[in-house]
Amino acid sequence: MTKLAVIDYGMGNLHSVSKALEHVADTGVTINVTADPETILSADKVLFPGVGAIRDCMSELHRLELSEVVKECAKTKPFLGVCLGMQALLDSSEENNGIDCLGIIPGTVRHFVHGMKDDDGEKLKIPHMGWNEIFQMTPHPLWKDIEDGSRFYFVHSYYVELAKPDFIAGSTNYGGPFTSALARENVFAMQCHPEKSQHAGLQLLKNFISWDGSV
Amino acid sequence: MGLAKRIIPCLDVDNGRVVKGVQFVDIRDAGDPVEVAKRYDEQGADEITFLDITASSDNRDTIVHVVEQVAGQVFIPLTVGGGIRTVDDIRRMLNAGADKVGINTAAVHRPEFVREAAEKFGSQCIVVSIDAKCVSGEGEPKKWEIFTHGGRKGTGLDAIEWAIKMVEYGAGEILLTSMDRDGTRDGFDIALTSAICDAVDVPVIASGGVGNLDHLADGIIKGKADAVLAASIFHFGDHTVGEAKAHMASRGIEVRRMAAKPAE
Repeated sequence: MTKLAVIDYGMGNLHSVSKALEHVADTGVTINVTADPETILSADKVLFPGVGAIRDCMSELHRLELSEVVKECAKTKPFLGVCLGMQALLDSSEENNGIDCLGIIPGTVRHFVHGMKDDDGEKLKIPHMGWNEIFQMTPHPLWKDIEDGSRFYFVHSYYVELAKPDFIAGSTNYGGPFTSALARENVFAMQCHPEKSQHAGLQLLKNFISWDGSV
Repeated sequence: MGLAKRIIPCLDVDNGRVVKGVQFVDIRDAGDPVEVAKRYDEQGADEITFLDITASSDNRDTIVHVVEQVAGQVFIPLTVGGGIRTVDDIRRMLNAGADKVGINTAAVHRPEFVREAAEKFGSQCIVVSIDAKCVSGEGEPKKWEIFTHGGRKGTGLDAIEWAIKMVEYGAGEILLTSMDRDGTRDGFDIALTSAICDAVDVPVIASGGVGNLDHLADGIIKGKADAVLAASIFHFGDHTVGEAKAHMASRGIEVRRMAAKPAE
């Protein structure tokens, strides 16, 4: 029996994440949407989601005493951060006039610059919303059976800028390339929403469910 | 290459049933929103929008059940509009599995509601729906006004100024419907669409008037919209979403090609 915990800290709607996981999980997997530290720490793998603003995200994590739990899980367990759950792993974010994050992965979270143009000179909207390509920058078990350059669903105004390029797992173009997925040992995180990215997203979640955390 | 332009089929739902006659010949129950949403998902729709037109407030919960069921089977973004008036309405829709809500009349009545909603749930899930009608005369500079009640009631609000204000208040996306074109099949109001797209920094969905595939492409190329929404062109089986995408691609528009289904 594999126990998968989806960390529920009140940031956004976890219905979609758990439904998508249930859709691809076989009967040997139990999915627990939970804020209980014990349940999370005893899970075999952990999904760290998030939608909304980073200040609320960090204050809820602290209030529910989950910051240390997330850090602990990120040391050992197969760990998937999604959207704000990716950004929270970094050192800090520019959002809400600057917020300290969990500091698990070195780097900062920056705002897209207003007035960006695409190759044809059309202005690029913020938020970056819709289906964009992720180019796989490194082989990884979570990319299994996903074609390089597959489109995933994004909706965000801030993006991750890693301190060192070593952990870039996926890159996406929006007024220039940005890090849309990162990987370090047992940790994988992505800016897009795999639970809303139809076949490619479901394949990634399926890969996560069967991932043992090694690369 | 980069961000794809989106195609969004829209379903009108009354008391939990799809209305405005979806006419797929090979679908078991064309009134079932779940069946119809699944079909559009299989065709490659990039998102699906539900417009709840249930008149009686007693039956408001039907749309919640619809969203719950669809969200358990269709893994693309879902938007729900119609009757969203309070923070609780939004919370119920998001908890049911919607990704975004469309706010229309309630924003006109009380613009602060948009700000409160965006602060509470984030701009990414707040779509402000704008129904606009041309009010300028022949030969005058173009001017559009916001209308409510299906285009019957003018508000005196200038559409462009309103769009800018709604974005300032926290709208993450604008769903723009031309009330002059809605239901006509004459194509989008391109002048209106491009005027709004030029005025705001957030994505704009063009709506109202699609009668053929060129209209969809025109909405993107001439109207500069980020996404196009249509109902009857897909419902009546004139075209599939896949055909629409192929046509848009043939006119040089970047669209999403579906990935392979995960292996069982």
